[in-house]
Amino acid sequence: MVTEAAIWAIFLLPLGSFAFAALVVRPFFNRYSLISGIVTIAALGTALGFSIWTLRSVVLGHNLDFEPFEWLEVGGATIEMGLLVDPLTAVMLVVVSGVSLLVQVYSLGYMKGDASFSRYYAYMSLFTAAMLGLVLASNIIQLYVFWELVGVSSYLLIGFWHERPAAAAAAKKAFIITRIGDVGFIIAILYLFTQADAFAAAGLNAFHIPDIWEAAQPEAAAGAILGGAVLTWLALGIFAGAAGKSGQFPLHTWLPDAMEGPTPVSALIHAATMVAAGVFLVARFFPVFEQSADAMTVVALVGAFTAIFAASMGLVMNDIKRVMAYSTISQLGYMMAALGLGLYAAAIFHLVTHAAFKALLFLGAGSVNHATGTFDMRYMGGLWRHLPVTYVLVVVAGLSLVGIIPLAGFWSKDEILLGAWNGNGPVDTWVSRVTFSALLAGVIVTAFYTIRMIILTFHGEFRGGIDRELEEKAQSAPAGASSPEGNGGHGGVHLAESPWVMVLPMVVLGVGALLLGYLANPQWNEEIGIPKHWITGFLGDGLGAALGAVGHAETLDFSRWMATVSTVAALSGIGLAVLVYLRRRDQRADPLERLKPLHTLLSQKYYLDTLYEDVMVRKGFFKYFAGTVDWIDRNLVDGVVDLIGWFFRNIGTAIGKLQTGQVQAYATGIAFGVLAIILALLLA
Amino acid sequence: MSFEGFMIVSAVLFCIGLYGSLARRNVLAVLMSIELMFNAVNITLVAMAKYLAPAALQDDISSVLTGQVFAIFIITVAAAEIALGLGIVFAMYRTHESVDLTEATQLRN
Repeated sequence: MVTEAAIWAIFLLPLGSFAFAALVVRPFFNRYSLISGIVTIAALGTALGFSIWTLRSVVLGHNLDFEPFEWLEVGGATIEMGLLVDPLTAVMLVVVSGVSLLVQVYSLGYMKGDASFSRYYAYMSLFTAAMLGLVLASNIIQLYVFWELVGVSSYLLIGFWHERPAAAAAAKKAFIITRIGDVGFIIAILYLFTQADAFAAAGLNAFHIPDIWEAAQPEAAAGAILGGAVLTWLALGIFAGAAGKSGQFPLHTWLPDAMEGPTPVSALIHAATMVAAGVFLVARFFPVFEQSADAMTVVALVGAFTAIFAASMGLVMNDIKRVMAYSTISQLGYMMAALGLGLYAAAIFHLVTHAAFKALLFLGAGSVNHATGTFDMRYMGGLWRHLPVTYVLVVVAGLSLVGIIPLAGFWSKDEILLGAWNGNGPVDTWVSRVTFSALLAGVIVTAFYTIRMIILTFHGEFRGGIDRELEEKAQSAPAGASSPEGNGGHGGVHLAESPWVMVLPMVVLGVGALLLGYLANPQWNEEIGIPKHWITGFLGDGLGAALGAVGHAETLDFSRWMATVSTVAALSGIGLAVLVYLRRRDQRADPLERLKPLHTLLSQKYYLDTLYEDVMVRKGFFKYFAGTVDWIDRNLVDGVVDLIGWFFRNIGTAIGKLQTGQVQAYATGIAFGVLAIILALLLA
Repeated sequence: MSFEGFMIVSAVLFCIGLYGSLARRNVLAVLMSIELMFNAVNITLVAMAKYLAPAALQDDISSVLTGQVFAIFIITVAAAEIALGLGIVFAMYRTHESVDLTEATQLRN
């Protein structure tokens, strides 16, 4: 059985490596910055070991209820810190520490020679530590602390190359937009503060997560402290926070811009940490969401809409990382939709498989960038000859994303589609139907953009890489007007496979993207000691056990019919993409550009950035709101101050007039003054 | 003559002096009016010394003379003051070619 200290170590080890890299290596041994990379990898390797130990312990059903320790006492409310170890936590621990470890190893090659190598590893350690702390938190306040830490470290990493204005702007954007969602989350937490007494009366702690679950159950012995419309709003507040972090519509705009960070950071953000935090948060409070059909409907519909909406933008992006970013948003939409339809286990299962293949896709993009120096697919092409390993791995990851049997993505996506079709969740039937249609359409779009991305990058003839891009930029733009968008620090084209430290983690992830889906959730019978429907049953049982009830343990049996439908959808998307792109005449033009208005709409991202930045921020906020405030400041606030100043300046002038220099006038004043005093004394 | 009589004379004299010093424009007239006020005060002091002090301080003879001594002091000071004042009047006449007080407004503002 895993000890409490070992579980704490999972979180404390990366935190320690952060402290070591930031406080020891960077200030004193910056010349030997490789140390910080090695220390981080060692810490994460150990953390992964402990995570697997924890997972094993949870699987074996050990009692892992640890006593939380008291952190703060505010008024009547006690805030504790502790560990909440359930199947969800255990699975997330392995995913986060595993993906993070592989990304750190990859970074050894990718970030080699970067001037801020130590800083990079310090941030990465902090990021991982924050995410692991978030996963382990047993208290909603504790969870919120790590939630914000994840936000801060993503800010630091997206803006890692802060000397580039685009990166600094993207970091700010990510921070601010996620913060908009966090307002909902903090309101939900503040509501719990107001209910602290009611919780205490029932012997519960308003911030302890299992107690919040219990308080939301109508049939619980404690009685439903949270219920009705309040419960819906509480759930929606939490969902707002999750939507911000997980890039759900309408708070998704930060995620594509977050591509400004180093590519391994994107891999980590998109696979295991930042965006997974939102899905994790909804899953963590699933027993609360489940009690409100309205909240579940919102989650499902937002997820379904995001899935198709983001995928459509992925169709036209020229930047390979942006295609993947929209793909991530879309896949997060699948997870959210699954959660909204009550498919708790399927959503987390998809999170796990997605972590594997999306991390691989991003690392593949990094590898391509390593060779060509650019991320713009218009300047790639024909790379399969030069980067065979990367090519194979990206194809595996891409087909896994598309959902081709028997790759990982197929099994988890199929689970979601099947559950949506069955529609046994707490939401109305029409919600299930709408969600199912959106998700199935999403499969076609996903297949199309994935194959487009692979063909543009790896097939056809090579179109020049960064050298050509800079050349064309220099021709079209006035000399020295703008610096290239291309990733700094990898200048020059050298078409060769990346070094083994970069390839090795990709191979490991490739094996995951290949096998994880079936082996984690065997469909027909036990495989190499893994029971049938292992991960979905495991997660579902964990949720049921927490509530002292069964009801989530049912697993979906494989449906040949649904597999056929989704495969046909995927293949039609693939076929269409191959048809359009593989044999196109003009290698330099995108055939989709012929659909002029639609292409413009999509490549302008539905004008949402324009709406947010120009209309809402510049006009709405700067011009009208800030303008009004400015007017009030100028005219009312300054007006009062100016009036006071004017009064005293002018009263001075008025009094000054009395000072005539006429001695007799003064004397008259004195005389009458004395007279007045005497009179006053006599009359008193 | 009664104490009230002295007081009335003194008050009348003081008021005339005050009026003169506030209302006259000629510096010499103002100086003279000030002298009138001095003398009004002197009358008061001496009258008080004669009528009121003995009743208050029967034993101590020296305190009976306080009023008179004060009066002499005031006469002395007044003499000095008038000498100084006339000096200023001379200076004023030299610079302004006039002894009109309303024109001496250099200390304005």
